[in-house]
Amino acid sequence: MVAPIIELRDVRKSFGPVDVLKGVNLKVYPGQVSALVGDNGAGKSTLIKGLAGVQPYDSGETLIDGSPAHLATPKEASRLGIEVVYQDLALCENLDIVQNMFLGREETHQGTLSNGEMEKHASATLGSLSVRTMKSVRQKVSSLSGGQRQTVAIARAVLQKAKVVILDEPTAALGVAQTEQVLNLVRRLADQGVGVLIISHNLADVFQVADHINVLYLGTMVAQLETKETNNNDVIGYITGLKSVEPSAAGAAR
Amino acid sequence: MTTTENKVPDPELAAAVDTAGGATAPGIATGYEGTIGDQFRAYIARVRSGEMGMLPAIGGFIVLCILFEILTQGDFLGLLNVSNLITQTAFLAMLAVALVFVILLGEIDLSAGVTAGVGMAVFVQLNNSLHINWFLALIVSLVVGIVIGGFIGYFVAKVGIPSFVVTLGLFLGFQGLQLVLLGNGNSYRITDPSVLAIENSNMPVWAGWLMWAVIVLVSLGSAFYDRTRRQRAGVPVRPISMLAIRVGAVAVFTGIIVALLNQDRSVSVVPVQGVPIVVPIVLAILWIATQVLDRTRWGLHLYAVGGNPEAARRAGISVAAIRISAFVLCSTLAIVSGLFQASEVGVVGSSFGQTDVLNGVAAAVVGGVSLFGGRGRLVQGVVGALVITAITNGLGLMSLPGGVNLLITGGVLILAATVDALSRKRAGASLARV
Ligand SMILES: Nc1ncnc2c1ncn2[C@@H]1O[C@H](COP(=O)(O)OP(=O)(O)OP(=O)(O)O)[C@@H](O)[C@H]1O
Ligand SMILES: [Mg+2]
Repeated sequence: MVAPIIELRDVRKSFGPVDVLKGVNLKVYPGQVSALVGDNGAGKSTLIKGLAGVQPYDSGETLIDGSPAHLATPKEASRLGIEVVYQDLALCENLDIVQNMFLGREETHQGTLSNGEMEKHASATLGSLSVRTMKSVRQKVSSLSGGQRQTVAIARAVLQKAKVVILDEPTAALGVAQTEQVLNLVRRLADQGVGVLIISHNLADVFQVADHINVLYLGTMVAQLETKETNNNDVIGYITGLKSVEPSAAGAAR
Repeated sequence: MTTTENKVPDPELAAAVDTAGGATAPGIATGYEGTIGDQFRAYIARVRSGEMGMLPAIGGFIVLCILFEILTQGDFLGLLNVSNLITQTAFLAMLAVALVFVILLGEIDLSAGVTAGVGMAVFVQLNNSLHINWFLALIVSLVVGIVIGGFIGYFVAKVGIPSFVVTLGLFLGFQGLQLVLLGNGNSYRITDPSVLAIENSNMPVWAGWLMWAVIVLVSLGSAFYDRTRRQRAGVPVRPISMLAIRVGAVAVFTGIIVALLNQDRSVSVVPVQGVPIVVPIVLAILWIATQVLDRTRWGLHLYAVGGNPEAARRAGISVAAIRISAFVLCSTLAIVSGLFQASEVGVVGSSFGQTDVLNGVAAAVVGGVSLFGGRGRLVQGVVGALVITAITNGLGLMSLPGGVNLLITGGVLILAATVDALSRKRAGASLARV
């Protein structure tokens, strides 16, 4: 049994009187793909924003490689090797593709930006994603289509040597071919030993790529399943709340 | 600003990912490839898609020059007036450059003009009343600027008050502070010859040519530096002929200006010739500030925060630090602009600088800097200032009533904003079409 690279224990988060996360446990394993599913507003994005350090949890434990971590800032998360592709992509439209991919971790030489080097690394990474539709890596993000922007956001996350890559609905804006590319990439990242956490509403994608499926229902983790031991209908049942928690089954899954 | 630990991208991972996926090299361009013709066509395409930068302002300036040249029967582009236009532009250009730093963040500093007033009030009290050396007095007033900028930045970035409100408060408050510092109705003459010389004296002819040589060498040097750095990184570079054309254009253009200014433009027997001293000062500040914006992480992060503060925050950028530093720079450079103005008009009164800030904002907008943040360059502030000063200057030569001047300046501002909005609409439309 592999030890989890990320473990969340009894994580809670509220916005004023609204409890969005009500004591959530989650494990992400190196070299494996964990999916996080749940209906709109279940708290998926809130859960991963805590891991990214952009919106820290109110309480609960975060263990990275088994040791407690304090993810209070994005820098901290990035230092620990956590890279996130946000649902809203978080790109600067006024900057070009290279600048966005390296934002916050620019390469410098004697205090000045190493634009050539960054351009080269960005091109290589985009190449690995089989991106063909972009004219130039120096194109402004404002001139890109939704799918192209999504690719840039993903490329940004895989550019760095990450231990964990978290993707919040990475295929939502993508066409068939590009979706296939991203799912392939997710698989390849895991094969590299990276722990991947992917959020998706598309269960076909989830079943295709994930090793584990975690279902969040109104801020509570109602099921943690092995993909090969479950099926579409069960997962839909958990997502919609028609099927309720089976503590023994959820426990046995680990 | 703290620096993050720089993680090197993982070539192995990229390579492994690449081969595993069977992906071929994508051949995404960098925008540096191709012949001069390709580069030129790409530039035209960018302009047509709405990235016009300061082109409208330059076009407008040329139209204004032709118009005034005709209307004033050749006075406008006469040697004397060209040099006047340059010295008159200096202070507004400096103010606009100062403001561009905060406008790039999508913020505004309505107190920049009165900050210059407060800075100069401190300056004349130290220099005139306490007889402190002008340079020391200037240092002290610049420190006042740093403090004011830090104060604004703190309230905007940490307390979370819109900059419009904070600086409106200071705009009102500092008018009172000016009265307190100078005494009601008092005004002080600038007596120090060094300060007066900034706007009113010219460099010797040889120094003008030296300045020209420095400009040409610096643009040649930095072009080659960038080129070699790109080559060393193994990425495409533009054709060398393009570099030659660029530097050549700079050399010819600045050469013509220097040659003109080195002519005797006196209307009496005492010769007046040479490049005004303020010119190299403005150019040096503009050059250094532009390098900082273009080449450092700080500069890039300033644009990032202006474009999408939340994305910048998630990328680990200290948004508050960027905001505070921009306001500090704005206030400090505003005081430099105050020094130019004090040198030009020769007096500092208790209402110094109070009507200037909106002209500075107008200059930035006319130059093509977006008030929404994230788009614009410092030099655009200078070009915008040139346009606005040309209007004042030209109408002054025609001795039209003062009201006309304001009407036309306002019209030009709205025109500039319209050009910007239309070009962006067009860009949006073409984006939708593709
Ligand atoms: N900053 C915030 N302030 C207040 N409420 C918030 C905030 N962020 C999220 N919420 C609330 O928390 C709940 C969970 O939101 P979250 O974005 O995590 O859902 P999600 O599972 O990602 O949904 P979706 O599938 O639509 O992306 C929602 O009810 C939302 O309104
Ligand atoms: Mg979400």
